[in-house]
Amino acid sequence: MALNAKNLNEEEFFFGHKACPGCGGSLALRIALKVLGERSVAVIPAGCMSAVSFNFPQLCFSNNAIISTFAGTASMLTGIEAGLRAQGITDFQAVGLAGDGGTADIGIQALSGAIDRNDNILYICYDNEAYMNTGMQKSSLTPYGATTTTTPDGRVIHGNLRPKKNMFEIIAAHDIPYAATASIGYINDFMNKVEKASKIKGTKYIHVIAPCHIGWGIKPDITVDIAKEIVDCGLWYLAEYENGEYTLNRRPKEFSDVGEYLRRQGRFKHLTDDDIELVKQSRDRKWEFINKNFKTTG
Amino acid sequence: MQKGLSFQGNRNGGIVMAKKFLSGNEAFAEGIRLAKPLVISAYPITPQTTVVERLSEMVADGDLKSEFIHVESEHSALSCAIGASAVGARTFTATSSQGLLYMAECLTYAAGGRFPIVMMNANRSTALPWNIYGDQRDSISQLDSGWIQAYAENAQESLDLALMSYYVAEHKNVSTPCMVNLDGFVLTHTYEVVDVPDVEQADAFLPPFETENKIDFDNPKNLAFSAGPDQNYIFKYNEHIGVINAKDVIKEAEEKFAKIFGREYTGLIETYKTEDADYIIITLGSVAGLVKEAADNLREEGIKAGVLRIRYLRPFPNEEIAEAVKNAKGIAVLEKDISFGNVGTVYTNVNSALRKNDVNIPTSNYIGGLGGKNISCREVEDIYIELKDDRFGIHFLGIGEK
Repeated sequence: MALNAKNLNEEEFFFGHKACPGCGGSLALRIALKVLGERSVAVIPAGCMSAVSFNFPQLCFSNNAIISTFAGTASMLTGIEAGLRAQGITDFQAVGLAGDGGTADIGIQALSGAIDRNDNILYICYDNEAYMNTGMQKSSLTPYGATTTTTPDGRVIHGNLRPKKNMFEIIAAHDIPYAATASIGYINDFMNKVEKASKIKGTKYIHVIAPCHIGWGIKPDITVDIAKEIVDCGLWYLAEYENGEYTLNRRPKEFSDVGEYLRRQGRFKHLTDDDIELVKQSRDRKWEFINKNFKTTG
Repeated sequence: MQKGLSFQGNRNGGIVMAKKFLSGNEAFAEGIRLAKPLVISAYPITPQTTVVERLSEMVADGDLKSEFIHVESEHSALSCAIGASAVGARTFTATSSQGLLYMAECLTYAAGGRFPIVMMNANRSTALPWNIYGDQRDSISQLDSGWIQAYAENAQESLDLALMSYYVAEHKNVSTPCMVNLDGFVLTHTYEVVDVPDVEQADAFLPPFETENKIDFDNPKNLAFSAGPDQNYIFKYNEHIGVINAKDVIKEAEEKFAKIFGREYTGLIETYKTEDADYIIITLGSVAGLVKEAADNLREEGIKAGVLRIRYLRPFPNEEIAEAVKNAKGIAVLEKDISFGNVGTVYTNVNSALRKNDVNIPTSNYIGGLGGKNISCREVEDIYIELKDDRFGIHFLGIGEK
């Protein structure tokens, strides 16, 4: 039976932390750990989630958890998995919970190595589209046009000029056993992907959009809404990669307005109509690729 | 398949010694085989490669039951080892030079987390200029990372240190990672006859790795946390005490080792004819053999020369060095290291040891062997002559006094 709010584990594993009210990342972690349960060993690199939860003596995971070096989420997962297995312990899930910078920038080498070895680990990237812990600097998952503190709206350059790195397909190109995209705006889809991944042997990767309301310039009570809207307007999508095939899990009948999605956020407030048109065109090119290459279930 | 010749030695006092013709790296690998780490993670770099090649052969042949992880970088090698150690598995990694520097972030991480990982470092020059040959600037640059640092003189000591390192690192009073340094090529690739203990002896020596500093499914833990200004210094002080405690545990390990294997070691330092020596050269690593030879030559000429070999740079043998050289007329530190803008770091440490122990004798620093430059017996003999002639100072072998 599919997981939902009614049958989800009532036990909490991530609580008492100092994350901002309306934090998308902490919701992703909370839900993932409720799905994975007490036999999960969480590896969290430097970043928001470790900064808010791992301050001795206030330690906020009730399952086993450890902070890794920023670049070392996947390599530490590898060591944990191998070390436990070498002692004959196999009923556990080593799970990485890393942000977009920790995954797509500084951690991509170790992640690629772990997938290449097909280590039996689950890696979850909670993507808030910038280095939020250090005060919102650009990462390679910051989308085109967004202002961050290192891609400001200047007199000459207006925000981030590069598109978001395509981590999902980069991961899939390793021929990983399972990869998925998700959003905390579609939480049932996310929790079921976590559960599905936990039952697959080998390396699993889930990339979940988890907005940071401070960094995105939105009110804290619309974090989940905006995470839903990014999917509805087609700038993100819910998909899986398995057995060498891409599957689209949700196909919006028609896209909601990209301009409206962007205009709601402080980080995009400088965008012109032409800029928004560019974002739309880039979305449409992406969906041409999806329509051509992804199977559809949703 | 074993490289080189291999034969069973004489039954000597109940000890069966298998004599093998091994390089320093291969000898170290034999020691690691006997220590049975559950996880080995390593990335290749000259001149470390043959130790991990040998270990991967042992794993492939079933002679060693370890998870051999082919990591994608040195950073990952040590990060992986930290993960494995954090679940209570004995771990091993090996590196050299640029690789050691690339994993530097993980060095302090392993030490601060009190994960007793053992690493072999093949001492090699650091770029630029690129150079694959031996000097000790790589490991000495990491003296403050919180690791125990040992320096082997020969292949036998390499094997023995591989075993003893786990005993020391994993001891509950220490719980600190240990780096064993072998001079690149001169030791890592030079073949010697080595006594290889059997498995039963090794098992009698080295207890299984037991620690409470690991994840626990019955009593879940949050490891590798942040500690703010109100607590941080306490963790750091405890880390320091862990390294200091290694002094006693090294002694304990060597006593037990001698009983089981019949080979004796002398703690943080080894002295050679220092008791009556007027002039002593302090050095470390494989060059010590040459320095002993030079000392013998000078003694034939009536000059009372001695040698002090530092076996452990951390914990540093402050009292041991001061005690051993206090009656000398002058000493020189010969090292393959320079802290640019100052002097050799071993020299700095030795001077500090003398000052703290009120030993007031003149000292010199000889910086040599950088980038693998050969140090000749004649050059070492000249050091003794210069000490005798009261020509103290900072000298660069091949360049002169500066």
